[in-house]
Amino acid sequence: MYTQALDNPVPDDRRGGPAGQEALERRFDERIERDEKIEPKDWMPEAYRQTLIRQIAQHAHSEIVGMLPEGNWITRAPSLRRKAVLIAKVQDEGGHGMYLYSAAETLGVARSELIEQLLDGRAKYSSIFNYPTLTWADVGAIGWLVDGAAIMNQIPICRCSYGPYARAMVRICKEESFHQRQGFEIMLTLARGTAAQRAMAQDALDRWWWPSVMMFGPSDAASTHTAQSMRWRIKRFTNDELRQKFIDVTVPQAEFLGLRIPDPDLKWDESTQHYLTGPIDWSEFKAVLKGNGPCNQERLQARRTAHETGSWVREAAAAYAAKHGGRGAQPRAAASVTSPSGEVSVDE
Amino acid sequence: MTAAASLPEARLPSAESRFQYVLRLADTSLVLGQRLGEWVGHAPALEEDLALANIALDLIGQARLLLAYAGEIEVRGRDEDALAFLRDAPEFRNASLVEQPNGDFGQTIVRQCLLDAWQLGVYEALSTSSDQRLAEVAAKAVKETRYHLRFSAGWLVRLGDGTEESHARVQQALDALWRFTDELLTPDALDEEMAAAGIAPPLSALRSGWEERIGAVLQEATLKRPAASHYPWQGKRGVHTEHLGHLLAEMQHLPRTFPGATW
Amino acid sequence: MSEDWPLFEVFIRARSGLEHKHVGSLHAADARMAIEHARDVYTRRQEGVSIWVARSSEIVASDPEEAEALFEPARDKVYRHPTFYAIPDEVKNL
Repeated sequence: MYTQALDNPVPDDRRGGPAGQEALERRFDERIERDEKIEPKDWMPEAYRQTLIRQIAQHAHSEIVGMLPEGNWITRAPSLRRKAVLIAKVQDEGGHGMYLYSAAETLGVARSELIEQLLDGRAKYSSIFNYPTLTWADVGAIGWLVDGAAIMNQIPICRCSYGPYARAMVRICKEESFHQRQGFEIMLTLARGTAAQRAMAQDALDRWWWPSVMMFGPSDAASTHTAQSMRWRIKRFTNDELRQKFIDVTVPQAEFLGLRIPDPDLKWDESTQHYLTGPIDWSEFKAVLKGNGPCNQERLQARRTAHETGSWVREAAAAYAAKHGGRGAQPRAAASVTSPSGEVSVDE
Repeated sequence: MTAAASLPEARLPSAESRFQYVLRLADTSLVLGQRLGEWVGHAPALEEDLALANIALDLIGQARLLLAYAGEIEVRGRDEDALAFLRDAPEFRNASLVEQPNGDFGQTIVRQCLLDAWQLGVYEALSTSSDQRLAEVAAKAVKETRYHLRFSAGWLVRLGDGTEESHARVQQALDALWRFTDELLTPDALDEEMAAAGIAPPLSALRSGWEERIGAVLQEATLKRPAASHYPWQGKRGVHTEHLGHLLAEMQHLPRTFPGATW
Repeated sequence: MSEDWPLFEVFIRARSGLEHKHVGSLHAADARMAIEHARDVYTRRQEGVSIWVARSSEIVASDPEEAEALFEPARDKVYRHPTFYAIPDEVKNL
């Protein structure tokens, strides 16, 4: 039911001729109306399938590339506790990438193909990860702002129409809240620390605020995909709605930290009960998306290098499996698996 | 192991000796955890990123518990972070093996497997240490290390018996790292003092277990056991290779640049 | 490509007494590696005491196109449910 491993005969779209086609589409739209979940191998319009593959893959790529800016500080984390927490967070991001690739694969595309698209530069990922992490405070800012924005984006997707994607998002959202708290805690510690630490925190906020606000994407009037995605219940709120929510929630948090948001036009609007912001510089967003951000080249190069230098390893594992019937190495030296709870589960 | 309660006072090790011994365990886990942290985001497959990160977390967890204990023994008010971030290389007591660079994945796996087989023996024995705290830490660490060894041994076999290229790479790594294993299994005065007090296992008792475990894995991996090397590396006595200095410079940079700050 | 690892579906038993539940998929070169990967990906937060992995190519699934024929006929057989039967209140233990 799940993967490219099953044969995909005649594309479902073309069965039954034009009249049959219309009936299938109508039935599909009715299921969406009823908020029914679409599962792998259910009939779906080809455009729905492709939209999902693109969106899920972009999301997965973002998680993987997102491991790099924070991974950059693992070896330099300033306390053992911070080091452990940061490793756990980055590890989670890798895991999120895996849940998402796994969901994408249920739509009939192989992970290897998606990875190839990423490394070729053909696939997009969230532009926020093309910014450098220059100080320890950046790690805090990313957790607080970037994960905060991501959560805002992700919670509605827990109710999206495609089952595997919705379920992956539920899992991800459960794990994501520790990420944001971890980031905020770092910022709080810095804000309450020495003058140098406070300055470090302010500097990070100065550099990460606008990119985080831009994470939600351009205004939907300018976005080509929004209308259809909303009709198919893949997307449930507009970019502007989510962005506004993020700003309204985050400004008080910055005030609590005693830090200043780098927007001279920021002010509370009593009539709408929302914060108004200054103009967003979308030219920067477009440039970064096109590949001209500060770290685009470094991020992709890091992923390409990992992939290329790991090739002999993956080959070796596949070769070993082929030689030994696929059960896997059973060195006598090793014991059976112990789950983190301490109980033993043996696969033999 | 013999219960310390029955030992005459003269044979109970000094606080300084116990402090140094615990640092050996702590620093070995810390430095190896630091090395594995370098891999995150760069492993051959996403799944391996997660696996190496998990092992790093286990090792850092062990280091934290052991460093905290060491600080208590020393009674100078140094906590886990003061010990991790403010000692210079000559004060570190890790085995020389773990400060060796990651190299390629094969070299990392070889280093890991050689160390895992040793740590498993040590922690299994320490679970019955006359030192209650060490016994507790060891009991938890045994479960973690069993999994580490399953992982590293499994990979060593796959790479050794995989392709010609993978076989050549891990054989080369094994040949390069083997010389650091003697230090793990050759007791010095401190090791003997701890063994006599029933705190630590006699390393001679661990050697045959280690040889057997590693021998079995190497055989299954179709790898040749390198010739014995007896160069007296002294990482556990604070005389390290050039690698540790660079590793610590990176690790300790922030607390040293902002003395007294809380993170 | 010779370095492609097959896809495995993962099932986790969260606690003793519960069934194994499908949680997702992952790639591994062999079954033993799949167990290890599953452990690292799906049980970090003490979500499991037992893991099953099965190659995705081995999973046989019912065809959604046949859902009507497979599952709807059960709908009108309400006599399979206890609530279908009217038993006087005074009768105990039924």
